[in-house]
Amino acid sequence: MSNIIDIAHHDLLENSGLTDNQLYKVINSILSYSIDYSDLYFQSTYSESWALEDGIIKGGSFDIDRGVGVRALSGEKTGFAYADDILLPALERAAQAARSIVHNSNNNIVKAWQRVPSRQLYLPINPINSLSENEKTALLQRVDAYVRQLDSRVIQANVSLAGEYETVLVMASNGHVAGDVRPLVRMNISVVVEENGRREQGYAGGGGRFNYEYFLQEEKAFEYAREAVRQALVNLQAIDAPAGTMPVILGPGWPGVLLHEAVGHGLEGDFNRKGTSIYSGRIGQQVTSSLCTIVDDGTLANRRGSLNIDDEGTPTQRTVLIENGILQNYMLDNRNAQLMNMLSTGNGRRESYAHLPLPRMTNTFMLAGESQPEDIIASVKKGLYAANFGGGQVDITSGKFVFSASEAYLIENGKITAPVKGATLIGNGPDVLSKVSMVGNDLQLDSGVGICGKEGQSVPVGVGQPTLRVDALTVGGTQQ
Amino acid sequence: MKDTQSNLKTIALTILQEASRLGASQAEVILHGSKGFSVTARQGDVETVEYNQDKSIEITVYLGKRCGSASLSDTRPEAIRAAVEAAHHIARFTDEDPYSGLAEPNELAFDCPEIDLFYPWSITVEQAIQLACDCEAKALAQDKRIINTEGVNIVTAEGSYVYANSLGFLGTYLATRHEISCVLIAKQQEQMQRDYSYTVACDSQLLDSIDIVAKQAAERTVRRLGAHRLSTRKAPVIFAAEEARSLLGHFVAAIQGGNLYRKSSFLLDHLNKPVFAPHIQIHEEPLLPKGLGSAPFDSDGVRTRPNIFIKDGILHNYALGTYSARKLNRMTTGNADGVHNLIVSTGEKTLSELLKTMHTGLLVTEMMGNGVNLVTGDYSRGVSGYWIENGEIQYPVQEITIAGKLQNIYGPRLVEIGTDIDTRGNIRTGSILIEEMIIAGD
Repeated sequence: MSNIIDIAHHDLLENSGLTDNQLYKVINSILSYSIDYSDLYFQSTYSESWALEDGIIKGGSFDIDRGVGVRALSGEKTGFAYADDILLPALERAAQAARSIVHNSNNNIVKAWQRVPSRQLYLPINPINSLSENEKTALLQRVDAYVRQLDSRVIQANVSLAGEYETVLVMASNGHVAGDVRPLVRMNISVVVEENGRREQGYAGGGGRFNYEYFLQEEKAFEYAREAVRQALVNLQAIDAPAGTMPVILGPGWPGVLLHEAVGHGLEGDFNRKGTSIYSGRIGQQVTSSLCTIVDDGTLANRRGSLNIDDEGTPTQRTVLIENGILQNYMLDNRNAQLMNMLSTGNGRRESYAHLPLPRMTNTFMLAGESQPEDIIASVKKGLYAANFGGGQVDITSGKFVFSASEAYLIENGKITAPVKGATLIGNGPDVLSKVSMVGNDLQLDSGVGICGKEGQSVPVGVGQPTLRVDALTVGGTQQ
Repeated sequence: MKDTQSNLKTIALTILQEASRLGASQAEVILHGSKGFSVTARQGDVETVEYNQDKSIEITVYLGKRCGSASLSDTRPEAIRAAVEAAHHIARFTDEDPYSGLAEPNELAFDCPEIDLFYPWSITVEQAIQLACDCEAKALAQDKRIINTEGVNIVTAEGSYVYANSLGFLGTYLATRHEISCVLIAKQQEQMQRDYSYTVACDSQLLDSIDIVAKQAAERTVRRLGAHRLSTRKAPVIFAAEEARSLLGHFVAAIQGGNLYRKSSFLLDHLNKPVFAPHIQIHEEPLLPKGLGSAPFDSDGVRTRPNIFIKDGILHNYALGTYSARKLNRMTTGNADGVHNLIVSTGEKTLSELLKTMHTGLLVTEMMGNGVNLVTGDYSRGVSGYWIENGEIQYPVQEITIAGKLQNIYGPRLVEIGTDIDTRGNIRTGSILIEEMIIAGD
């Protein structure tokens, strides 16, 4: 059984003793009220994690979560209920609750079930079974031993391995049946180093939609280990960060979290339908420097932010958000697209069956430009080079956003000099991106650890960018 | 909820029996069940109605000093059996950990007190929709510059908590939580600003009226209009009570056992040393009636207690669970899942008196980002608020940062805490005046 939709159908319906015909009746019962659209979202997630701490495999956990969410839409109204068992009586109760947002009856019926052809951006495999338990714990032990021999200043190392096997099946009142099988793995390493009574930390990790063997190939796990230790040691030397507004160069890869905050969220369809985003009503206008072309691409093979279909059953796509500085498209789910007379861009995502879908990002990044990274650095007389970041946050109404540098350096006379302590960078999305004056030719995507939170829902995402020069950005250090 | 609770108890005992049958030396289980709903009204009509009904079961199985965990939401017997087997299976592959295992029997909450946290709100979905629409209409009527809303959200939930372990302890309690929140958008010239207000309580009788929520949300949103940046400078800073809670949250994280034994806290080795200014007292009241952080036992089944963390500025206790306490060679403090109603002592001044004391400086009413390094205490956050001169608000400010070191902010730089205590969370504090921080802007 290699077809993705067959796997999802088998796992979620047949294994639960449900038939297409029963579900047809459930959706019809919803459509007998004046509901425009309804869908059932079946989901099953098996996940595990293993943690090594202080040199021992301290614990492991295994989680099973299966359920079904029922959504009923009528104009701008949404009714939603779910059941954390995939059983017909619970599903029928949820359906009744979801459709209770309207009281008028109607006689719409569901179109005949029709399977949306599936594609395969990643293999429909269960990564949890890709290594034996002994192999998983041995991998963690090996990484721990490697970290500790890298530098005698390492006083603490935590290594974790997590894997997930998710199957989803969406059945909608337009007759569409779509499925996905989504593997996801991740490894994280954090270290604490100490020298002369000063302690600092470093983190690294990565992952994607494949099995655990990824971490064994080309010693990927050791690469994370070296990176975590390197960052921690750099921070041991860090001096106080500067305070004030200055030219800032953002390194390639994960610093793309800038784009996620400064433009990404503001281009999500719900905010623009409601007119609450600083980018509302601005399609066709220049919103960034003409050097910037920014896309959201859910179709990249094996990446953490990629999906074969979104959580409404729409195939994901590559959406050009901003082209040469001009705003082109918002990211849309079905509901907001319909209310805006537009088409879904395959960005309807939800944390689980127990949450409503929202317009969300997949992999969001800026395309490469033409500058050499070393020329970009050489162009700054006095400023900051930010190589790595923690998370960020945005207020999509005013456009102000922050992100926190975890590894940064002073630039003096065109050269990277002393490392500085972590600091928050703050700016306003359209303003900061209009000040992008150089874009590198070194586009990189992140290593596969991104998590995005919105309205209490977390989903895996990717970010990326080439080296960028921003002419003025406020750095929240302590050194005036 | 009482039915749910008795179901959960039965499931708990089944799980412990199953673990024992598989040969586990010890086992524990935490169960949580909740139900409720959430409605959002926007532009005068209902936008979403969500019915929530959740169950979660977390199982830990010990094989001597090894342990494995499993969790699930499915309560069918075959699913539960499979989960216990999964936890047992994992335990076979973890290492012996000398600090592993259940709490000492004398620490368990066998004498578990009745706790006063269960006040279901007898409101129907239709009534909640009406209340939300009314609240939004009142908010929109406050000021012409309020041009849009993200809606009014009303949430009500009742939950049942059960902890049981193989030492024969089984503890339960019920709790409710209700919330009304209102998010508004105001516009003046080309600037749009959003802000919100909310009220949350265990008992719906304690919720602010929708008139207050609407009025506060409107005031907070409109007064941000015209915000601009400041130049980079040093200045005194007041954290408004709701933001002071976040500032104290870093203290709670820094005294948590997990961060201490991982050597990831700037308060490592600080017991019995000065951490706060000498006039500051901080303790917890875990059994506070209707308290949002109240709980009779922690996630190890250990009874909670009125720990004193800071006395006259000195750090008296860490916040430890069973495992972290053993690792640090100390006793658990009943804080495996954090603190329960942290109470911070106040001075005698209201917020407006505190503004007068500060005279000139920054009042912080919103913070963004997570620029806090717990290992070193370095602190750098994005903020919005108001510039104060002569003790009075002059104009709104935004897109600036404040930075300093938590060691100084809690210690020598902490001038005074106001009497305007915010009770809407697990940390209860008034506004906090800090003598000086670095503000970065233009």
